[in-house]
Amino acid sequence: MTPNRRDFLKIAGASALTIMTPAIFVPAWAKNSIVMPPGQGLAPQKALAAKRWAMAVDLTKCTANCADCIVACHAIHNVPEFGNPKDEVKWIWTEPFASVFPGESPAYSGEKLQKMRPPVFCNHCENPPCVRVCPTKATFRRSDGIVMMDYHRCIGCRLCMAACPYGARSMNYRDPRPFTAKINPDFPTRTKGVVEKCNFCEERLAKGTLPACVEACRQKALTFGDADDPRSDIRRLLETRFSLRRRAHLGTGPQIYYLL
Amino acid sequence: MKNNKWGLILLGLAIFVIGVTFPFWYGKEKTAPPALSLETPEIAGSADKKCVEDKAFMRANHMKLLNAWRDEAVREGKRIYTAKDGRTFEKSLTGSCIRCHSNKEQFCDRCHNYVGAKPSCFDCHIVPAEVKK
Repeated sequence: MTPNRRDFLKIAGASALTIMTPAIFVPAWAKNSIVMPPGQGLAPQKALAAKRWAMAVDLTKCTANCADCIVACHAIHNVPEFGNPKDEVKWIWTEPFASVFPGESPAYSGEKLQKMRPPVFCNHCENPPCVRVCPTKATFRRSDGIVMMDYHRCIGCRLCMAACPYGARSMNYRDPRPFTAKINPDFPTRTKGVVEKCNFCEERLAKGTLPACVEACRQKALTFGDADDPRSDIRRLLETRFSLRRRAHLGTGPQIYYLL
Repeated sequence: MKNNKWGLILLGLAIFVIGVTFPFWYGKEKTAPPALSLETPEIAGSADKKCVEDKAFMRANHMKLLNAWRDEAVREGKRIYTAKDGRTFEKSLTGSCIRCHSNKEQFCDRCHNYVGAKPSCFDCHIVPAEVKK
């Protein structure tokens, strides 16, 4: 027996209705209780806040063969020491003046400038190329200007390393924990296959303290503050002194200012 | 011939049902859920002995809570958690959870091993007692 058109449409309609049944009659055991954690998030009260965090490095005060800022930063953030330049992980490091500022080559500059190795950091760019290329949004720019990494999301694709014109990002090609001399329990380590970089000590800012490098510098060469606030120390320094930024012509808007 | 066919079908069905339900009844009484140790100096010293939320909620939803904490603290900078009863906590695995539950091996690991969960939290986050060892 072949059903006629009318019967066929009846059966098809009834079948379509059954699709809705689970939405109407839900047995107790089938209820998926999606529980959202209660409570709302707050920012800590004593946290330092700014519209645009920036740092000024006074190269007239920075002394040669001093690594106080690097040592302090790397100890606090559990930066591993692999002892191999290919695997090197760095948050702060030094480079010759000519490679820090490849566009600036004063012809008869003094020996001091020629031999200087300024400390270099992540520039926490206004227009960060690393954020633009990150496929998982593991790197993102906060509203206060800090270019931050969410290590939970990093898949180790290293596009950010290719995009960063400052070489500020390092990949953990091996498990960093055995290579971390003394682990600071207050800051997580990273794991194999994760990229890392300077975070402007956002975990310290949240607790109301200045970045570790700024506190560690005995020459007081590092000034950290809100570049958007006309009354801040850093803004006054930038308005009165001549400063250079690394490869600013690329349009990244770097926020580390080198005072000369 | 006809009876024989039904017998084979029923036999096949019985084997199928036994096979499908095997994980549910095998070992039912053989393993007991692990006892989680709450014996740490911090918990012994605290007056109310209460976790962030109540025990049933934490047992069922601690992973969702931690995921929410992770995203809010890292990505939104919201680092303070207000519990149902109004108490506030820092959203920090090492700073809040592990401060009380400092015995990770007797607390976290026992249950995770029992249920075969392999969270990767401690690949990066640190149990202070393990660093000092």
